[in-house]
This record gives sequence, structure tokens and C-alpha cells, in this order.
Amino acid sequence: MNPENYIILAALLFAIGTVGVMIRRNALIIFMSIELMLNSCNLALATFAYAWGNLEGQLAAFFVMVVAAAEVVVGLAIIVTIYRTRKSTSVDEANLLKL
Amino acid sequence: MTPLETVTPIAATGVFSLAWLLIAVPLVCAGVLLLLGRVADGWGHLLATAAPIFSFVLAVVLFGTQLGAAPDQRVVELSLYQWFATGGWDIGVGLRIDPLSILFVLLITGVGSLIHVYSIGYMAHDPKRRRFFAFLNLFVAAMLVLVLADNYLVLFVGWEGVGLASYLLISFWQERPAAAAAGKKAFVMNRVGDLGLTMAIFSMLAMFGSSKFTDVAEHAPGLTPLWATLIGIFLLVGACGKSAQVPLQAWLLDAMEGPTPVSALIHAATMVTAGVYLVVRSHDIFELSAVASFAVVVVGTVTLLAGAWIGCAKDDIKKVLAGSTMSQIGYMMLAAGIGPAGYAFAIFHLLTHGFFKANMFLGAGSVMHAMNDDVNMRHYGALAKVLPITFWTFAAGYLAIIGFPGFAGYFSKDHIIEAAFGQNVVIGLCALLGAGVTAFYMTRLMLMTWFGTKRWRKDVHPHESPLTMTIPLILLGIGSVVGGFALNFWIQDWLEPSTGAHPHEVSLLPTPIGLATLAVVAVGIVVAWIMFGRKEVPDVAPADVSPITVIGRNDLFGDAVNNALVVTPTRVVAENVILADDTLVDGAVMGSAAAVGGLAGQLRKIQNGSVRTYALVMMAGTVLVGLVLILGQWV
Repeated sequence: MNPENYIILAALLFAIGTVGVMIRRNALIIFMSIELMLNSCNLALATFAYAWGNLEGQLAAFFVMVVAAAEVVVGLAIIVTIYRTRKSTSVDEANLLKL
Repeated sequence: MTPLETVTPIAATGVFSLAWLLIAVPLVCAGVLLLLGRVADGWGHLLATAAPIFSFVLAVVLFGTQLGAAPDQRVVELSLYQWFATGGWDIGVGLRIDPLSILFVLLITGVGSLIHVYSIGYMAHDPKRRRFFAFLNLFVAAMLVLVLADNYLVLFVGWEGVGLASYLLISFWQERPAAAAAGKKAFVMNRVGDLGLTMAIFSMLAMFGSSKFTDVAEHAPGLTPLWATLIGIFLLVGACGKSAQVPLQAWLLDAMEGPTPVSALIHAATMVTAGVYLVVRSHDIFELSAVASFAVVVVGTVTLLAGAWIGCAKDDIKKVLAGSTMSQIGYMMLAAGIGPAGYAFAIFHLLTHGFFKANMFLGAGSVMHAMNDDVNMRHYGALAKVLPITFWTFAAGYLAIIGFPGFAGYFSKDHIIEAAFGQNVVIGLCALLGAGVTAFYMTRLMLMTWFGTKRWRKDVHPHESPLTMTIPLILLGIGSVVGGFALNFWIQDWLEPSTGAHPHEVSLLPTPIGLATLAVVAVGIVVAWIMFGRKEVPDVAPADVSPITVIGRNDLFGDAVNNALVVTPTRVVAENVILADDTLVDGAVMGSAAAVGGLAGQLRKIQNGSVRTYALVMMAGTVLVGLVLILGQWV
């Protein structure tokens, strides 16, 4: 098992997630892209833990999962609320918070 | 010149330990009247009148005790408490009851009591009567602090206290703009003098480590001539401010805006003589510096002529008397500056002046009372029959001030003129001329007010004033008659423990200088009679008059000089400071605010509401940080 391959995979997943966040307008897709980025981070953390032979990276991965779960709860609630008021999930239309 | 022997003070015992009541009683009364408010409207004036009478009785008891004591037991000091101690200075509050201060206390409380009684009648219909009496009591208390203090710092407290009372009372009718302005003017001009006094006190504290009179007297001979002169000049500046001496004279004439009893008490009999008290009290300093003493003489001489000049030209009866007050205080300063020979005469003239000038001011108040508060003497005339008591008491004051033989001013002023000739012939001639001019303007005042034809306005029905006003007039009139003779042979010996011994011949028989004075006075009277007694007094002041009269009517252009020298330059500086503030300071502050605002206006465009732009910026930032970190490894 070569850790390098896992890291390359994690980098690819992260790049895909980043591009998704930037080019898509649908809030749900952006949300999924963010999850992809978080999971690529988890993969990298687990890989590093394996490479170094200790548990700290895996521990960090668990934290990320918990935070991601909490984020999903709040984020989905916001998206649903926006959808109810605007009948749309496009992030370009939700632009009231500006000067 | 060696300083004169003065007496070492002894500690206060017996009745002297009650001396603080002299000050406390009027002060407490003033506080009660001011704090109680309208509750005290009905009886406040009676309480306020009782306060100085109490102080007067106590002062008489103290005076009697001193009279009974041996001369070297007459200087008493009463330490009250420690005010503050800092570094090497230990400033205590204490009273010094000596022959000099007790005479002042008697004058202040005696004349003060009479003026309180007079004010009961004079202010009877004034809605603010209670406040007036509270301020009068405050004045009496402050003035007593001034003369009873045993060190310069406590004296300064009284000095400022009388300044405050003077301000409050000059602008008592503050609804009149002229009165409000006069109060402010007096206050501001007095600050100039106060600066001199504070500088003198600071110098003493720096030189002697104490401002106590006894310490100053003890250490003064060790002063360098320069410092003795400087302290003397500082004290003189202080005296000039309070006593309305040239060049700080301009406030006194405006101070006549105050109620007439105030003019009599504060601006004639007591407060304005504080400068003379200060000079006499500081004689240990002045004796060390011929320059400072001569400066006092010059200031006194100039003021006695300037005041007399103004007195000749005014039609306002109170302003004539104010000019006369300046002039008479000029005589006192002249005497005080002459040195040991003059101290007793300065105080002598101060006391007699306190009687006859208060008498005439109250008389003028009685006339104004009768004439519906008209002060223009051209609207008077032929009042002698209508106001007989006022007339006769006023006549006593008149004879006293011109120095008619036997009356109070005859003794005191002649001594000063003689002493002036002893100092310097030019000064003596000026003093002699001043006596003639005094006779001229006072005769003019008498003729225009009491004699001639009626020039009364319509609806004026003169009547004699009530008893509360005439009784003080009668008592002060008696003082104007007998005051000089009573004090003549006694005051020099009496003041010895305070001012040092200096025998000087005083006799009843006129000396050659005395005869010359009488001749000059007679000339003044005759000239005044020719100009104002023989012919009708014009109803309106004539316009085609000599430049001398024009200058006199304009107070010797004192206001113009002050404006040109002080007010205008100050205004120009202030306007430039405002300009600098508006352009430079405000420009910098407002400019930087505008810059921040403009920058923020540009920056907020970044906040455009597009979530994906935010994501892009965040991404770019992360990439940038990552690049820096990675590239940083190889640098």
C-alpha cells in the first residue's frame, strides 16, 4: 500500500469539490461539493495517520465528521428556508446580504 | 534704611480666642440666607443686619481690651487650624489682631452695619432683597478674612472673596446689560491685579518658605535688592487692581452700576482700600526697595490727579464720587509709598475717607431715592430744602473731603500733603493741586445738586428718605465731622506696634504748607462757584467744551487704552487661532475622516452579495498562502 496514491486521490477529490463550489449555482450541489472537500481531507488525514504510524490523524478525521454532521444540519435548514421564501436554490439570487 | 522695630505677636487668650466669630457669624448668615430661599424673605434682612452689628460689638470689645493692654501686648495671634502641609511648607489658618487690623475691623463692621441698616430702607421694594443682604454679609465676612489673616495665603482667600462679592453686587441687577457687563469688567480687571498678588505670594513662599507676616518680616532683610523690588512691584500690581489705581482703574467707574449701598460699602469705604492695607501690611518689603516704594508714590500721585480730573467732568453723581474715591485712594497710596512717615497717615486718611465717602455715597443714594433713581446732576438743583437731613449730612461729608479746618479730611489730607512735600517737591505740588481740584469738583457737585433752580424732570416729587436711611447718614455725618480730630493725636502711637515707630509732629495750628493747601482749596471753591453757582446750569451737557473736559468725560480714555493695548490684540490672536483651528486642525481631522470614508466606499464594492465570488476570493487567498509557504521553503 503506497500512501502517495491515497494522497493524490485526496487532492483530486478536493480539486473536484473546489471547482464544484465555484462553478455551480445550485446550493444543494455546492453543499455536496463542500462535503466532498471535507471527505477528501478525511482521506488525507487517515493516510497521514497510517504513514506516521499513530492515531492523531484518525482522531482529527473523527472531529471533521462530527463538524460536518453539525454543518449539514444547519446548512440544510438554511437552504430549505431560502427555498421556501424564494422558490429557488440558486446562490446567485440569494444576494440580500450586501451593502 | 533699617526696618523699623515691630512687636512680636503673643498668643491669643481670653476674649481674643473668640475672634473667629467676627468672620463666622456673617458667613453663616450669608449661607443661611442663600440656602433657605424664599422662606427667609420676610426676616432675612433683619438677620443679615444683626450679623455685622454682632461683629462690630465683638470688635469693640477686642479694641477695648487692646486699649487696656501695654503697647507690646497689643499684637495678638490666634491660630485656628492647619490648612495644608506639603514639602517644606506648613500653611496654617490664623488670625492676627493687631492695632492695624482692629482699625479695619472696626471700620468694616461699623460702616458695614450702618450700610446694612440703610439698605433695609433702600432695598425695601426690591424683589431680590434677601439675596442682596446675603451677598453683603458674604462681603463683610470675606473682607474680615482679608484684614484679619495672619499670612498672605489666607489674605488672598479674603481678597478673592471680596472680589466675588463685588462681582455679585455690581451685577446685582443682572437684568440690566450695563450692570452685567460692569460686573464682568470688574472681575476681569481684578484678575490682572490678582496675578500680581499671587506672583508676590509665590515669590515669598519660594524665598522664605512661608507666607506668614511675621516670617516675611523676619526674613525680608535677607532679600537681594532685585527680589525685594520684584516682590514690591508684584504687590503693587495687586494693590492697583483692587484699589482701582492707574493703570487698572477703569473698572471702578462702571462698578457704579451696582446698588448705591454697595458703592458706599465696597467701592468707597472698604474693599477698594484693601490695596492700601496690602502696601502698609507689606511695609517690611517696601522699605527694602526704594524703587518699589517710589513706584507706589508715582501710582498714587497719577491716580489722585486722574481721579480728580474724571470727577470734574462727570454729570452722573455716583461717577463723580467714584472719581473722587480713586483720587482719595491715590492720596492713601501716595502716603503709603512715602515710607514710615506715611503709613499712619495713609491709614488715618483711609478711616476718615471711609466715613465721609460712605456718608456721601449714601447721601447720593438718598437723593436718587427721591428723584426716581435719576443720577444726572443736571436734573437736580434746589434740593437742600426738600431733603434737609440728607443735605446737612452731605454737607458734613463735603466739608470733610475738601479739608475744611476742623473736619475729618482737614487733618488726614494735610498730613499727606506735608509728607509728600517732605519726599519730593513735584509730588508735593501734585498733591496740593489735587486738593484744589477736589475742592472744585465737590463744590460743583454741591452747587448742581442742592442749590440753584429746580431742573427736575416731570413726575418727580422729592421727599426725605425713611429713618432707616437717615439715621446711618446722621451717624456717618458725625463721623465726618469729628473723625479727624478724634484720631489726629492718637493714631500714630496706636499703629506703632504694627508699622513701627516714627514720630512726626502733628499740631492743630496750620503749617505753611497747610495754609497753602487752604488757599488752593479756596481757589477751587471760588472757581467752581464762578462756573456753576453764578449762572444757570445747562439742562443738557454743553457739547462745545475744551479738550480737557472731553478727556475727563471719557474717563481719560481708559477704555480706549485698554481696548487698544489688550482687548484688540487678544481678539486678533483669538481670531487667528480660530482660523488655524478651522483650517489646519479641522482640515487634518475632517480630511482623514473623508479619506477613510472614501476608501471604505471603494472597499464595500467587494461585498457584492455573490456567494461564488466570495468562494473564489477565498480560494485564491488559500492558494496564495499555500504558494508563499511552499516557495518560502526554497528561499
